[in-house]
Amino acid sequence: MPVEPVFETRIDRLTILDEHGRFDEELGAGLIPDEDVVALYRHMVICRHLDEIAFKLQRSGRMGTYPENRGQEATSLGAAYALQKKDWLVTCYRENAGLFWRGLPMELVLLHWMGDERGNEIPEGLNVTPLAIPIGTQMLHATGLGWASKYRGDDGIACTFFGDGATSEGDFHEAMNFAANLDLPVIFFCQNNSWAISVPTRIQCSAPTIAQRGLAYGMDCIQVDGNDIFAVVKAVRDAAERARTNQRPTFIEAVTYRLGDHTTADDARRYRDDEELEMWKLRDPMIRLRGWLDARGLWDDSKQASLQEEAEAHIAAAVQRASDIEALPPTEFFKNMYKTMPPNLQQQMSTMRTSSLGRNPETADQSAVS
Amino acid sequence: MANLTLVQAINLALIQEMERDDRVMIMGEDVGLNGGVFRVTEGLHKRFGEKRVVDTPLAESGIIGTSVGLAMAGLRPIAEIQFEGFLGPAYDQICTHAARMRTRTRGALTVPLVIRVPVGGGIHAPELHSDSPEAIYTHNPGLKVVMPSSPRDAKGLLISAIRDPDPVIFFEPKRIYRAFREEVPEDEYTVPIGKARVVREGSELTMVSWGASVIQCMNAIETSGRDIELIDLRTISPFDMETVSESVRRTGRAIVVHEAPLSCGLGSEIASRIMEECFLQLEAPVQRVTGFDTIMPYYKLELEYLPDAERIGQAIDEIVAY
Ligand SMILES: Cc1ncc(C[n+]2csc(CCOP(=O)(O)OP(=O)(O)O)c2C)c(N)n1
Ligand SMILES: [Mg+2]
Repeated sequence: MPVEPVFETRIDRLTILDEHGRFDEELGAGLIPDEDVVALYRHMVICRHLDEIAFKLQRSGRMGTYPENRGQEATSLGAAYALQKKDWLVTCYRENAGLFWRGLPMELVLLHWMGDERGNEIPEGLNVTPLAIPIGTQMLHATGLGWASKYRGDDGIACTFFGDGATSEGDFHEAMNFAANLDLPVIFFCQNNSWAISVPTRIQCSAPTIAQRGLAYGMDCIQVDGNDIFAVVKAVRDAAERARTNQRPTFIEAVTYRLGDHTTADDARRYRDDEELEMWKLRDPMIRLRGWLDARGLWDDSKQASLQEEAEAHIAAAVQRASDIEALPPTEFFKNMYKTMPPNLQQQMSTMRTSSLGRNPETADQSAVS
Repeated sequence: MANLTLVQAINLALIQEMERDDRVMIMGEDVGLNGGVFRVTEGLHKRFGEKRVVDTPLAESGIIGTSVGLAMAGLRPIAEIQFEGFLGPAYDQICTHAARMRTRTRGALTVPLVIRVPVGGGIHAPELHSDSPEAIYTHNPGLKVVMPSSPRDAKGLLISAIRDPDPVIFFEPKRIYRAFREEVPEDEYTVPIGKARVVREGSELTMVSWGASVIQCMNAIETSGRDIELIDLRTISPFDMETVSESVRRTGRAIVVHEAPLSCGLGSEIASRIMEECFLQLEAPVQRVTGFDTIMPYYKLELEYLPDAERIGQAIDEIVAY
């Protein structure tokens, strides 16, 4: 019997606006109206400024550990732009731009990193989940959220974001397998930024692309230039269409780069070359988009200067709101444990004690008498 | 003698055991070139090479599951889980496999594995970087669980753990990773697993603790000015009941202090054992000063959650007055 291939495939890479500023008119024309491109660019600049300020807040002791998003803004922003409000965004922690585009108040993200759970009080109807700290766990929730949409027939989909490192976790594979085999409307959006803290992507995936992980589950997959917001928008739109009409999941690998340290607790100089960093600075999604706008006469230095001022005021106001929030009562962490507080917690909360003599003042009094 | 922090003492133990025994290897996330996020494995990648100090894919179940295989094959893996909050994905491999292999095979296959895990709160860290899940593992038969509170004990206990024929979870209280230094012998030495240390002798009452809480107990004892005996369990499974009972029979009073939640925390087990073994000598109900039965709050309120010298001091006053 001859040996013959039973399956052959290839992985495509989508770029519309490349790092040299070349724009694919065929794919890109009319993809995003000019005024929206301007709005997206403005949003990126504001988010970039947030990183700068958050970094300073951490260094001056006003905020805990913070993960900069710098260099990755086009990914989640493009996705949030391409999706509808009813679609879920199930994020990790480097998707500020997409979350703010959706409408998450900026001070909530600040509060989260300031060690305050009120940062997770997501306003109703936003359809976003809280930042996920445990890596590679949230994708299963997206699969469940997509499943619920299919169950209800409400035409919604779920888009989940995660890093290259997260694709090593077992939960990631289970999420992909469920979504593909149960025909669920889910978009798996991997931000391959080359690093998982100090570990290069090669340790997570020795295949030439992460995108091909989707193949193993029989889902459509594509690699996009993650610093090209046009490519991201097109890939997510195509995936959303597939999800809405055929209930099929898609895996998108967005190739991008973390221009900052992993978090403010990290020092990337310990493990990565300056050369690599410098090369990626030239591919900055914000610079690329600015070039596109300049070339079309949609932007100029004076607009940039006033945007910069606006960004500063915007962030300063958000920081102010986060800082001005009333102090948490010391017992606040008892409040949201259950819908109804059980007696043991009531007792602990009212005394702020765990020792029996401390939390049962009555027994303690009796003992004094005895 | 060298004047070392907890991090440095652990690092030294790792170096000495790796030099002594080429079956010892280290694996985990960021443990190689980066030396671990707390720098506990600093310099080891350079010194021992990438065959023995391995940056793994980001998968805790993978790290522990493959370590079980390495250990069954006769190697001596030391696996690092980056923070206690990420033990979740590894739980199955730890409790369903590492802990049971000896029993299931009647000793034909064993798992001499060390799992190093930074633990506990008090460092202003994000969510899931401040928990105290040790009782989950002390509740699981088949594991040994260790949590040192000083550089000297850390070095000796880690060496014992590496040489131990069974799986050992080695919790490292991150709050005291660099909080103080201590004279640590430069030569190799062991501190036996299962043996407590009497940090301070006393006759009025016995305080039992482990990990970073030992430091809080010391502060409370100093403030109280009372004659209190402080026992650092060091190993929490199996724990040294003999030292505890001997002390409580003398003092008649006991307080257990830990960061983990109250209910079904290890303090519950210790209190039961004291009740069983020291019933006739007890002058007061055993007190537990612990974390509350809530999710560990984000860092703005973590100090409200963690037992501190003030709360311990109140318990001291109450138990003495009883
Ligand atoms: C389950 C789990 N294991 C380990 C960690 C510690 N950790 C935090 S971020 C990170 C690397 C994540 O890399 P990647 O998924 O590529 O995302 P990136 O940070 O690059 O955006 C690690 C190991 C964690 N948060 N959760
Ligand atoms: Mg990454």
